[in-house]
Amino acid sequence: MVIGLEHYLIVAAVLFTLGVAGIILNRKNVIVILMSIELILLSVNLNLVAFSAQLHDLTGQIFALFILTVAAAEAAIGLAILVTYFRNRGTIAVEDINMMKG
Amino acid sequence: MTLAAAFFYLFSIVTIASAVMVISARNPVHSVLFLILAFVNAAGLFLLTGAEFLAMILVVVYVGAVAVLFLFVVMMLDVDFAELKQGFLQYLPVGMLVGLVVLVELITVIGVWSVAPQAALNTPTPANLSNTEAIGRVLYTQYVYLFQAAGFVLLTAMIGAIVLTLQHRTNVRRQNIAEQNARTRASAIEVKKVPSRAGV
Repeated sequence: MVIGLEHYLIVAAVLFTLGVAGIILNRKNVIVILMSIELILLSVNLNLVAFSAQLHDLTGQIFALFILTVAAAEAAIGLAILVTYFRNRGTIAVEDINMMKG
Repeated sequence: MTLAAAFFYLFSIVTIASAVMVISARNPVHSVLFLILAFVNAAGLFLLTGAEFLAMILVVVYVGAVAVLFLFVVMMLDVDFAELKQGFLQYLPVGMLVGLVVLVELITVIGVWSVAPQAALNTPTPANLSNTEAIGRVLYTQYVYLFQAAGFVLLTAMIGAIVLTLQHRTNVRRQNIAEQNARTRASAIEVKKVPSRAGV
């Protein structure tokens, strides 16, 4: 049995779906939402690497590296915003973040 | 079934199962730990495709830095997580529905895709180099501007995180070395004439 590109694409599709579902299911908890975003970016990376291996083209791996960079930056900034918000309000519930609503 | 196929199924099943646990665990600490498990197994999947450098980077960056950052924040913030978990069952039907729709669409797309024949390979993988060396040769020549841009993204993230979380407390006395070095004898010492039997 040969593992082809489709196997990797299906695993990535399931991971992406789980990430999207996680954002909807944990609407109150910002930390789990950030983790779901990390899952989505991981599935995108899996897609890029699988195509890179299939087509014998290194560009996919280079771009997976850049996505990794952006994901790390996003996690750092998101968690910093979370810490600042918790320091000011004492909670991290998403539905309380509505001060700028008109 | 070959060994590679067996490892593919092992890694992908553990990755997906731990992704399910990330979004459904009651305790966010467990979520972070399952996220680490998912990333380690995804690194195994990367290894199976031959992307060894990316697999190691995934372990170093995610398990070493990002997951520890998550763990630190989850444990530092004193949050009542049971209260945050309340809407889970309420959102379960819509979440399942959206997930099902997205999954069906993605699998439909996977079933019918094909590579355009006129698509040129940009950077074909060299046959006689290791993965790390091949990536280095492409990354530092053809993609060097994007590499610099990635560095700027990280710099911005670092400055942003420091600016957001740094707080100056007002009632703390700090050492000011310039002020100390600028002191002279005239500004520090004062000679007083004390009359005898009168006190200061």
